[in-house]
Amino acid sequence: MRVTMTVNGEEVSREIESRLLLVHFVRDHLGLTGTHWGCDTSNCGTCVVWMDGEPVKSCTVLAAMAGGKEVRTVEGLATDGELDPVQQGFMECHGLQCGFCTPGMMMTARALLDRNPDPTEDEVREAISGQICRCTGYATIVRSVRWAAEHEAAANGTAGNGTAGCPAHPEGGAAADGAKEEVR
Amino acid sequence: MQVPAPFEYERATSVDHAIGLLDRLGESARLVAGGHSLLPMMKLRLTDLEYLIDINELHGELGYVRVEEEQVRIGAMTRHRELLESEELHAVFPVFREAERVIADPVVRNRGTLGGSLCQADPSEDLSAVCGALGAVCVIRGPEGERLVTMDEFHRGPYETAVGHGEMLVEVRFPLRAGGFSTFEKVERRAGDWAVASVAAAVWLDGDTITDAGVGLAAVGPHTVRVDGITEALRGQRPSEELYTRAGEIAARSCDPATDTRGSAEYKRHLAKELTRRTLRRAVARTGKV
Ligand SMILES: Cc1cc2nc3c(=O)[nH]c(=O)nc-3n(C[C@H](O)[C@H](O)[C@H](O)COP(=O)(O)OP(=O)(O)OC[C@H]3O[C@@H](n4cnc5c(N)ncnc54)[C@H](O)[C@@H]3O)c2cc1C
Ligand code: FES
Ligand code: FES
Repeated sequence: MRVTMTVNGEEVSREIESRLLLVHFVRDHLGLTGTHWGCDTSNCGTCVVWMDGEPVKSCTVLAAMAGGKEVRTVEGLATDGELDPVQQGFMECHGLQCGFCTPGMMMTARALLDRNPDPTEDEVREAISGQICRCTGYATIVRSVRWAAEHEAAANGTAGNGTAGCPAHPEGGAAADGAKEEVR
Repeated sequence: MQVPAPFEYERATSVDHAIGLLDRLGESARLVAGGHSLLPMMKLRLTDLEYLIDINELHGELGYVRVEEEQVRIGAMTRHRELLESEELHAVFPVFREAERVIADPVVRNRGTLGGSLCQADPSEDLSAVCGALGAVCVIRGPEGERLVTMDEFHRGPYETAVGHGEMLVEVRFPLRAGGFSTFEKVERRAGDWAVASVAAAVWLDGDTITDAGVGLAAVGPHTVRVDGITEALRGQRPSEELYTRAGEIAARSCDPATDTRGSAEYKRHLAKELTRRTLRRAVARTGKV
């Protein structure tokens, strides 16, 4: 069968088997390997992409079911070469270790911030509760999302509910940029 | 890599279209709603089908929560997240939000539906217990029109429901009566997991007399969607610790849990009893009077 959908703003159309899962469509047919594939049982959340604006576990959605829909993957997070604040937050606050869970975590985090720009730590934990970080780096993931929230609030001129900057980098913006250079 | 066996994919554009397809394609056709129970089964080759009919386009037609004067009507395609977030539903049946908070995880809740949950009829499925406790009525539509069945009749046993060939569940109705209070309790191993045991309870009071009650259990055996005998034991009584204990004992006796990785049968039976006591106690406490 033929399936047509919009992925990261671009229309794609492919001949597929109806049993193809969305995660494999994205990775193998479109070459967008940022979306990872882990447990295959909807438990780990590493395959999370958006379908019509909502995070879904793409190992449990058929590519056919995404026909006609808007899909957004981690490759679609950055705009014009500018990292999304969530991606930036993961860099600033060491939100990743091996990076395997990272794309899924970031997609869920972005959706959370779109609905709730100023989530508490508990709300961040609840949002990612269907996702497993095998490196168990949850504390830094939560901090990364809070960092993104703070920085978005600052950029939009609305106050956030926590302290600006990442607790791991209390010096904040400029110095953290320096640290980033070293890491590279 | 887990991949389903080959099948033909069809997309329904209306309830009538879906029923027409089911009728035409015969026994080898199945509906897929959220797919979060069916796709895992297809991947494990636990189910065999030739045609898969996607009903997600029916969300516009069947995704709703309507609180009316005498009943609440919920469309079969209403997703877990919508049930969780509905303030209207929460105001009349808080049991829904309490259950939804601990059903799977937020991403799975974006997809799974009320209809899919009930039609899957997994013995561990939490919403069947909720619907059982509230005395829900299921609206099944087929080529010949609609018929209504109670949760008791609907839920026939593990993975088996009253939905026949060419039919689909379109709506679930809940009678709305004054003086009703409901709660949910679940014991799970970790966030997002299926229950070791869960209990939904609803009571209706007139002054300090219980006029009606329902208790539904999940994960502790096949016929616990609405526990027989509890309603009769509670009706006409004044709420008391002794009464909750008696109800808990009926629940423990009525269930038939299996020992598995989630716990021993004995432990689950204990949970059925204890959670029944707690949910009833909490439901009654909600009245603020007793
Ligand atoms: C990781 C994970 C954890 C979960 N944890 C829990 C939990 O803790 N508690 C819990 O209760 N559930 C849990 N679930 C199940 C989840 O709630 C499912 O989404 C739900 O049970 C099925 O809904 P669905 O819409 O995805 O159904 P589908 O998978 O699409 O369908 C299930 C069955 O129902 C049939 N069907 C669907 N809609 C209709 C209809 N309208 N009429 C007739 N037949 C229909 C299908 O043909 C199929 O046989 C979990 C699922 C996952 C993946
Ligand atoms: S690969 Fe999809 S949830 Fe793990
Ligand atoms: S960073 Fe390794 S899995 Fe999360």
